[in-house]
Amino acid sequence: MSAPTYTCPMSRKQVVDAYFLEHRAKLLDLAAFLDRLERADPQGESAEDFRVAALRKAVAILDDGKPDRARRVLESFSDPSTAPIPKAPMKGALGAYDGGAR
Amino acid sequence: MRYIDPHMHMVSRTTDDYQRMALAGCVALTEPAFWAGFDRSSAQGFFDYFRQLTEYEPKRAAQYGIKHYTWLCINPKEAEDPVFAKEVIALIPQFLNQPNVLGIGEIGLNKNSRNEMTILEAQIDLAAKHSQLILVHTPHLEDKLKGTRLIMDAIAAHGRIEPGRVLIDHVEEHTVKPVLDRGYWAGMTLYPDTKCTPQRAADIFETYGNERMWINSAGDWGSSDPLAVPKCHQELLRRGHPAAFVEQVSFGNPVKFLSQSPRFKPPA
Ligand SMILES: [Zn+2]
Repeated sequence: MSAPTYTCPMSRKQVVDAYFLEHRAKLLDLAAFLDRLERADPQGESAEDFRVAALRKAVAILDDGKPDRARRVLESFSDPSTAPIPKAPMKGALGAYDGGAR
Repeated sequence: MRYIDPHMHMVSRTTDDYQRMALAGCVALTEPAFWAGFDRSSAQGFFDYFRQLTEYEPKRAAQYGIKHYTWLCINPKEAEDPVFAKEVIALIPQFLNQPNVLGIGEIGLNKNSRNEMTILEAQIDLAAKHSQLILVHTPHLEDKLKGTRLIMDAIAAHGRIEPGRVLIDHVEEHTVKPVLDRGYWAGMTLYPDTKCTPQRAADIFETYGNERMWINSAGDWGSSDPLAVPKCHQELLRRGHPAAFVEQVSFGNPVKFLSQSPRFKPPA
């Protein structure tokens, strides 16, 4: 096995020192967002929004011990189909794949 | 540090932005034709837009010592009506010899529809016929991965476009490797909420190197930051990457790619 190549010029300690508080805050934002969802009336909708479901799936990737987390998170949000769709249903994008529902 | 922002929509920005970019070291920028945030009601609306990009905007930029270049096309968000889109495409050749036109862009896909594909293919062909460079817009969010693959396949299927003359923009962690592996140039867009942050762009450079890559702010009428490029420079320098690394990303590389157009004059 070859030795790992380190392409970030900072030491691991320096990376933690530089970025820990920023990402701790982002994690808290995510936790608070999930709490906020529970405080909001689902108005009879029993199924979870596909975007939130996609977010929960992506969160599991963060701590699965495998590399390339950013790439795999983006892939998990992506439309996996390969053929062009018949007609554009709107101009924007929603951030997660809805299973082809629209 | 002098730099080039190779993807900016200056028609949507103020002169204050030009001034701040100049103060931050911007010496040149390139402005692809894009969607105005609403659909134009006639092809004539595009004619006026192309005049703005080729006649008026270069003069505004020059007041701040910034060289302004542009790319012309109909963007994929207005490609769902192919008859209309083809009317617009027919207007483009008369502008291709304007001194600041570098090529066709930003063409690509938005929702990955059949009509968008038809108009993409027509504009790939336009670029080939007129020996123009291509700047590609890849779709947003969940549509990006699929769209990037479809676009690369369409360019390859055309058969007369050299990948080294195409820059595929808005790459992220899931699309950068396939783009580079197929011989294209890759652009990273630094946006506040979507696309890349300066930190992630720096991470991508550390993972894939800085050959055939550039960064841009894609500053436009939406949430975007005209100083995103120098902010990414700060991030790279803060981590300990040498100034020469930054210079290559934001000056050497854009000059190398854009110099494939005879109309691009490298800043002195
Ligand atoms: Zn753009």
